[in-house]
Amino acid sequence: MDQMSNVTHKYLRPKKSFPNVWCPGCGIGIAMGAMIRAIDGLGLDKNQVAVVSGIGCTARIPVYLDFNTLHTTHGRPLAFATGVKLANPKMKVIVVSGDGDLLAIGGNHFIHAARRNMDITCILVNNYIYGMTGGQYSPTTPFKKLSSTGPYGMIEQSFDPAELARTAGATFVARGTVFHASQLSRLMSQAINRHGFSFVEVISNCHTQYGRLNREGSAVKMIQWQKDHAVPVSVAAKKTPEELEDKFITGVLYEQEKPGYVEEYQKIIDRFSRESTESMVRVTES
Amino acid sequence: MSEVETQNKRKQLYKSNTPLLMQGNEACAWGALAAGCMFFGGYPITPSTEIAEMLARYLPQIGGHFIQMEDEIASIASVIGASVAGAKSMTATSGPGFSLMQENLGYAYMAEVPCVVVNVQRGGPSTGLPTKVAQGEMMQAKWGTHGDYFPIVLVPSSVKECFDLTIRAFNLSEKFRSPVVVLSDEVLGHMREIVSLPPQDELEIITCTRPNEPPEWYRHFEITPDYLSPMASFGEGYRFHLTGLTHDEYGFPTSKQKEIVDKLEKLRLKTARHIDEIADVRLDLMDDAHIMVLAYGSTARAARQAIRIARKKRFKVGMVQPLTIWPFPDDIVGRLLEKVDLVIVPELNQGQIIGEVKRLCQRHIKIVGLNRFDGELITPAQIVDKIKEERP
Repeated sequence: MDQMSNVTHKYLRPKKSFPNVWCPGCGIGIAMGAMIRAIDGLGLDKNQVAVVSGIGCTARIPVYLDFNTLHTTHGRPLAFATGVKLANPKMKVIVVSGDGDLLAIGGNHFIHAARRNMDITCILVNNYIYGMTGGQYSPTTPFKKLSSTGPYGMIEQSFDPAELARTAGATFVARGTVFHASQLSRLMSQAINRHGFSFVEVISNCHTQYGRLNREGSAVKMIQWQKDHAVPVSVAAKKTPEELEDKFITGVLYEQEKPGYVEEYQKIIDRFSRESTESMVRVTES
Repeated sequence: MSEVETQNKRKQLYKSNTPLLMQGNEACAWGALAAGCMFFGGYPITPSTEIAEMLARYLPQIGGHFIQMEDEIASIASVIGASVAGAKSMTATSGPGFSLMQENLGYAYMAEVPCVVVNVQRGGPSTGLPTKVAQGEMMQAKWGTHGDYFPIVLVPSSVKECFDLTIRAFNLSEKFRSPVVVLSDEVLGHMREIVSLPPQDELEIITCTRPNEPPEWYRHFEITPDYLSPMASFGEGYRFHLTGLTHDEYGFPTSKQKEIVDKLEKLRLKTARHIDEIADVRLDLMDDAHIMVLAYGSTARAARQAIRIARKKRFKVGMVQPLTIWPFPDDIVGRLLEKVDLVIVPELNQGQIIGEVKRLCQRHIKIVGLNRFDGELITPAQIVDKIKEERP
């Protein structure tokens, strides 16, 4: 364990911003730790990593990290990240976002970044609720569950974020939990190492809002729930749909090779590197 | 593509000293390319789309990037992201898109990210008159996003000025680390004029000062005596934090009262202390004028002709055209107001900039608007008639 925390310390900003904003027991810190270990394992240069976020509890991750960090407006981190990536294609760009940020206000940017196969790793910490603003329902709040703006129970259907990412065109889709921290780190590492749009959904806990309203108990109890309900892809393949009804599948859910946006755009630039450019006069004559 | 290669490609593309027939929108695009723009994120909207089309064609030729985003919110977000990562960046839009951009524009003012937004104005509010001219966003450009901020906004009135002011917009945005808005309009965007562009090496191109201290000493928002901080980009080893939250000199969120005040004062003072450099006002026949016509954008074209006609009819009339509309050139206009006894402010809206003139005027003189908002231009004859009506 000591070794583990030494690794994370190298990537934290020592001077500023601690203690962090998260409630004791929150899963976001575990997700952040997993992400740091993934980056460390890949041996990436800190200067060539950008971490971009929007607004919300999860979106506070970047301020603690010693990378190039961009804490943007609500729902827009993928759009900001797109600009960062295109202006500096060598950089590894990672977006960290919550379920409200990424799937509600940022839903449009999410499906379009996935469709373009933009070379960004998108990490969603899904805790089924708006934590920072006080427990309002999000696009992933399960049916019938309580929230401060759904005091009579959720009557909307929820998104399956991983399925949404796959359908929209993401070329790598994985799901992990904050209970399975080592596996989570491996999944993030695979995602960061890929071209194109890679997506990792992290099942996390918000005991302060979601857990309290739905009487799901302490952080420990909620994380225990993750352990009891996670089924690895290989095990799930042998189970019937009935057996999987209240479970969720973890591991690499989908993978496909497709050229990333940056690579395709570079081909156009390279073409002009070889050919001479058209001149302005030709344009106005045409 | 290397920087040298980009420069060579840009030289191949750019033809100077040749009379060319071009649109205002094309001139904006050439201005952007000449100023060193390497990223454009946009969304199609009439009447600005030609700027996006031109840059979609030319940016990859010089090693830059164009992307059509899913909406205008994403467009300005991508532009800010690209700028943070070191590319001079811009977008172009019109009224509805400009409205969508306001929140992220506020982010760029707060996080002090240089970028250029061209708003080719059309009739509003809402969808309004997509193919017709208006000057309805004069106040939105000043007050569009929430909170106190002090924008720089330029208003061209000819195709050549579209070129010049786009370059100036990039220069000011780099120097003051702030978004700069160019308020063009449908008529300017789509009209064609013969323009001869100056040689590239004669253009003044400004790039933001880079830090020269080691990364561990670097403060991205350092409060310097002139309120302008050097700027590093992502990937250069400085690893700073940017946020829309009120932040300290390092960029970390703060709720300390002194740091809050220092930050917001910096945003104000960095333009207020340099207003002489930012202000740009063109004066015509103002030396002996008793009547002032204050006009900007495509309206200034009609006004310029109108004052010549009126002079022939012995009216002592002159014209003031602010090319920088925000910050409003208070000193220059205020001084001129002391010499005249009638001011006419023609605008393609129901009276926006006239309020600034009234604010500045200390004496009791007549200040009248000439407003047209039916999607057509104000004609020189209308202005001359207005002068006659007010001064029979």
